[in-house]
Amino acid sequence: MSEDDVDRIDRNRRHFLTVATVVTGAAGAGLAAIPFLSSLQPSARAQALGAPVEVPVGSLQPGEMVRVLWRGRLVFVLRRDADMLARLQESLDNLRDPNSEVAEQQPDYTVNETRSVKPEFLVVEGSCTHLGCAPLEDFEVRPSENWGGGFFCPCHGSKFDLAGRVFKGVPAPTNLRVPPHRFVRDDLILIGQDTGAA
Amino acid sequence: MARIEAEVGKPQGGLMKWIDDRFPLTETMKQHITEYYAAKSFNWWYVFGVLAMVVLVIQLVTGIFLTMNYKPSAAEAFASVEYIMRDVEWGWLIRYMHSTGASFFFIVVYLHMFRAMLYGSYKKPRELIWIIGMLIFFVLMAEGFAGYLLPWGQMSYWGAQVIISLFGAIPGIGDALVEFIRGDYSISDITLNRFFALHVIVLPLSLIGLIFVHIVALHHVGSNNPDGIEIKEHKGPDGIPLDGVPFHPHHTTKDLVGIIVFLMVFTSVVFFAPEMGGMFLEHANFEPANMTATPEHIAPVWYYTPYYAILRAVPSKLWGFILFAIAVVLPLFLPWLDRARVRSIRYRGWMYKTALTIFVISFVALGYLGLQKATDANVMAARVFAVLYFMFFLLMPYYTAIDKTKPVPDRVKYHE
Amino acid sequence: MNKSKSLRLPIAIAALFISVQGLAAGGDVELESADIDPGNISSLQRGARNFMNYCSGCHSAQYVRFNTIGKYLELSEEQLVDNLMFNAEKTFETIQASMPAEDAARWYGTAPPDMSLMARAKGADYIFNFLKGFYLDADSPTGVDNSVLAGTSMPHVLWQLQGYQRAVIEEHTVDGVASHKIVGFEHVTTGSLDAEDYDDFVRDTVNFLAYISEPIRSERRKLGVWVLMYLIVFWVIAVMLKKQIWKDVK
Repeated sequence: MSEDDVDRIDRNRRHFLTVATVVTGAAGAGLAAIPFLSSLQPSARAQALGAPVEVPVGSLQPGEMVRVLWRGRLVFVLRRDADMLARLQESLDNLRDPNSEVAEQQPDYTVNETRSVKPEFLVVEGSCTHLGCAPLEDFEVRPSENWGGGFFCPCHGSKFDLAGRVFKGVPAPTNLRVPPHRFVRDDLILIGQDTGAA
Repeated sequence: MARIEAEVGKPQGGLMKWIDDRFPLTETMKQHITEYYAAKSFNWWYVFGVLAMVVLVIQLVTGIFLTMNYKPSAAEAFASVEYIMRDVEWGWLIRYMHSTGASFFFIVVYLHMFRAMLYGSYKKPRELIWIIGMLIFFVLMAEGFAGYLLPWGQMSYWGAQVIISLFGAIPGIGDALVEFIRGDYSISDITLNRFFALHVIVLPLSLIGLIFVHIVALHHVGSNNPDGIEIKEHKGPDGIPLDGVPFHPHHTTKDLVGIIVFLMVFTSVVFFAPEMGGMFLEHANFEPANMTATPEHIAPVWYYTPYYAILRAVPSKLWGFILFAIAVVLPLFLPWLDRARVRSIRYRGWMYKTALTIFVISFVALGYLGLQKATDANVMAARVFAVLYFMFFLLMPYYTAIDKTKPVPDRVKYHE
Repeated sequence: MNKSKSLRLPIAIAALFISVQGLAAGGDVELESADIDPGNISSLQRGARNFMNYCSGCHSAQYVRFNTIGKYLELSEEQLVDNLMFNAEKTFETIQASMPAEDAARWYGTAPPDMSLMARAKGADYIFNFLKGFYLDADSPTGVDNSVLAGTSMPHVLWQLQGYQRAVIEEHTVDGVASHKIVGFEHVTTGSLDAEDYDDFVRDTVNFLAYISEPIRSERRKLGVWVLMYLIVFWVIAVMLKKQIWKDVK
């Protein structure tokens, strides 16, 4: 073999080995990065703390509301009385999304007239869909203001009805979120879990 | 060849030129990597510098991820470590890498320093590299000490208690100094929080700064080699040292092999023996700190034990502290204690070789004794080895001056 | 540099690593080996049952979650809830003691320590010998003392299984100083288990304690094999590259 041939073989071998080294090293570095990046995901404790929350509603009176925390977020559980349920059908024209067409804001089984599993019990996250402030309850009926009761957000004035549906003309774009929930018993709601979900 | 280079150069030519007009990137890469020449005769003693950098990166990265989950308060620290071990995804691996890395940092650094003693790498004109290196060593000892308090186990607490109260031995200011370090009347949540700040911010930043100037000083003078000769004294017509090879690709590819072997040893410990028989993770530290009950046997982590043995060998609290401090600082003076005209042990006489051997045996023996209980026999033995340790340095001006050396060759000894 | 010299350093380091196992100064008591088998799932299942039934009354394992145990011990959720979870409701909960800690501290003089890490702190052998080492002592408030931890506040909770035993003591006088050493035990009453079965009972329990002190142990060892295999492959390629680069250096 001439010197040129030897040089060429050497260069090719060198190039091949360099590529092999870089590829193997990069693969190793990538695999090594996995544990570090994974460690940023919710830990077992976060998952435990984020577990579904039970809300007993046996002693909740019609018209009464309780606030609970689920995954660090505020959730309202409101037992609507007959008047409140009747008023849900009024003022549908004033609502941005009366039929809950924005799918992300509620699970399928709450896409109905009352946005709930059982008509009486409204379960919504107490987080205004504008910028996240906690809306205040305002169940007083004031016909002069066209107000049939609902939620009012003090930060920028967004308004929601007794099914958590957002009014037109306010900063909030969507209805209040309904978290996954189900009735373990008639008097016990489990927030954070669907029927049939593990 | 030229054709290939031009083709490869073209697309990058634009970007590289834009950067080089504004930042000395290519210049720096040439000066410090592709056109930095180091001796071709490096043996495996020369890998420990780069390994120290690898361990530094490991400690920094694992440390960052640990601080994301660790709680630096007396009430939560211990539980947060168990949280990391059990609840955080892969937390156990990050923790073990950090605890193993701490021990390996010292293994690598001790071997790195020993290389300098073998080949006279601290001698003129490299004294400043050695001084900066010793400062790195002192900062590293502080970093390990601060870090060890953080798990808030029994050994964390009581080890810190013992070592901090040593400073009380200093006459006059001793007690005030101890309170100042602790920030409280005893080691407490306050101490823990400030040691956390030291361990995560102050000392790592100092370490990084010192390592940077350590390498700048090294590159200014050029690396030493196992024969202790200056390769710059014999250059070819192109100005390149005849015994030199460019750092990249020669030393980078050789160091890569060394790094992989190191990782094999490192990962073997991490995955198969992270406690290392109680040496890397001490058993008592699996119990939360209890201020009312001292563990039966307090020992510092293995890398401090040579100095701890010297401290315990001295019957006086004050003098024990002083001699302990002197023992740590003494190697700093090697460039001036060593009067030999040659650098490398290869060309030194039997006196230095004997002295160095005795020194190594003494250092290891002291390390072993520092781990054991302070029985009369152990203290006696520690005294003997402590004397030998000090004599290595203190008698050095004498025996290195009269030691009969061998002629040093012009060119390095290199076998393929 | 010739081959034998270049191997000296790695061999020295390997020798150092092997020799340090057990260097950390230990206690003075001679301990019988617990001889646990961490891979024996049945043993661990029995140990879990033993712990929940006999120990968790007073001792918590506050860092251990039921679902972690359930998964490793190959238990269904139903088996886990029915057999191991007495006071806890959710499987993600940790093992708490039934007895409130302050009450326990008042009644026994010191709070029963948490067991999550005991096997790592004291060692499996220590706990094995501890649970076998209770002997009758009329001067003790609990009626017993322990050969491994003299003056322990813990009563002999397993007395129904082991029965009670008496310590056989040997007196020594060394340099005019009298000391005594426990050299064995004699049964005074029998329990429901014979000696061998009681040993197995304790062994299973200790096996479980060793497991909960580091649940990730078996997974980390398996992973280590893969990591080393990758590094060996990487090493081979890196050596070839190094040799190629250094080929023309004379």
